[in-house]
Amino acid sequence: MMQRFERQINLRGFGVEGQRRLMQSSALIVGVGGLGCPALLYLAAAGVKRIGIADGDIVSMSNLNRQVLFGIGDNHKKKTETAAIFIREKYDDVQIDEYSFYLDVSNSLDIISQYDIVLDCTDNFSVRYMVNDACLLLNKPVIYGAIYEYEGQVSVFNIQNTDGCSYNYRDLFPDPPDSSQIPNCNETGVLGVLPGIIGTMQAAETIKILSGIGTSLSGKVLYYNIEYQQFYDMDIIKSAIGSCKAPQNMDEFCNHDYSLSCSVTKSIDWNEAKKIYNEKPDQTIYIDVRELDEFPKVSAIECLILPMSLLPDECYRLSEASNLLIFCRSGIRSEKAAQMLQSKFPQKSIYSIKGGVLSKLSPIYS
Amino acid sequence: MEQHANSSKVKIIAFGIAAEKMKTNIMYADGIHDIRSLRSWLATQYPALKDLNLSIAINKKIVQESVDISIPENAEIALLPPFSGG
Repeated sequence: MMQRFERQINLRGFGVEGQRRLMQSSALIVGVGGLGCPALLYLAAAGVKRIGIADGDIVSMSNLNRQVLFGIGDNHKKKTETAAIFIREKYDDVQIDEYSFYLDVSNSLDIISQYDIVLDCTDNFSVRYMVNDACLLLNKPVIYGAIYEYEGQVSVFNIQNTDGCSYNYRDLFPDPPDSSQIPNCNETGVLGVLPGIIGTMQAAETIKILSGIGTSLSGKVLYYNIEYQQFYDMDIIKSAIGSCKAPQNMDEFCNHDYSLSCSVTKSIDWNEAKKIYNEKPDQTIYIDVRELDEFPKVSAIECLILPMSLLPDECYRLSEASNLLIFCRSGIRSEKAAQMLQSKFPQKSIYSIKGGVLSKLSPIYS
Repeated sequence: MEQHANSSKVKIIAFGIAAEKMKTNIMYADGIHDIRSLRSWLATQYPALKDLNLSIAINKKIVQESVDISIPENAEIALLPPFSGG
């Protein structure tokens, strides 16, 4: 058994003790995309005992240049399930926990608290700030990675550096930016090896911290440019503004609206939705994301019934329409669905209808 | 003294979308002696940066957003936008 890890056990400073620590550790990877795929592969290869993978997305063909655990035959499959099958087949000594949904304020504290360390491999600011704040409250180490075109950033949060200080994402950037400023890589181009390199660096920092070797990036942020093969690292300092912006306790966290602070989707009312529909009825669809047992049904307008629970598996059915008008009971799930679909279909105009069927303007009253 | 401060030359390195909007990733500027004068220089030379959420590092140390922080002569300044992709 230990032969599988012989080459790292032989390594100066790592030894049997380092391996023993890894084999008693757990890590949660949030986002199984360009960063999460290589990170997962190396953590499993190194022998981390238990790895949680959280992602509500499904594989699409445009993922394949960088999300190397998935192949052409995996189109439309769940990312977590596909990645778990791949890893289990190779390393049956590693436990993979699948969370085939997106983390949100209602589930993240519970899930994160079950792991020793968290890898932020997400692709949007909303979840990055939420994961940061949850880990800050739980005092959980975070290995952070992010990319933009030819560049990447890596850092380590909530771990004391040699000066005894620890930092978090809000020390770097106290507030989420306006989402219109920074497109995600579903919209911009990305060379597959860039997230490969950054995700692998995240795995390296994770393995170092869990096994107790080397010096982590705590207190520093590392920038990497693949176009010119350049590194640039900087010291982080504690941000007083950042500390105030993070929720101060679990209740504040659970009530914090991360989607609104950097939402990429538009919320509209039923009248505006109707206007959009009437302008281009052949390219627009209404989507009811309520579950099948929810009432009242909407009959006054033609709509596609696609419950939230089926959305990740069946969103390919929406590939034809260019405008999506999404509603639920009160407008909360439709907001989430809109965000999920927007990351899947960046070219589409996707709207969440405010107030859902409970709204006074809803077609159930017409 | 004011004359001396105004002659201060600095190197500015831009990352990510900041470099994209400035159409270069390295430039030099005169007369920058604190964050206030840096912000004002950037606003004049590169109005496209106006709404960007940038952190700033001076000689590889990220600084707090206080306009009075001084910038030494020949300093290397980095403009750091957040990245979201993954």
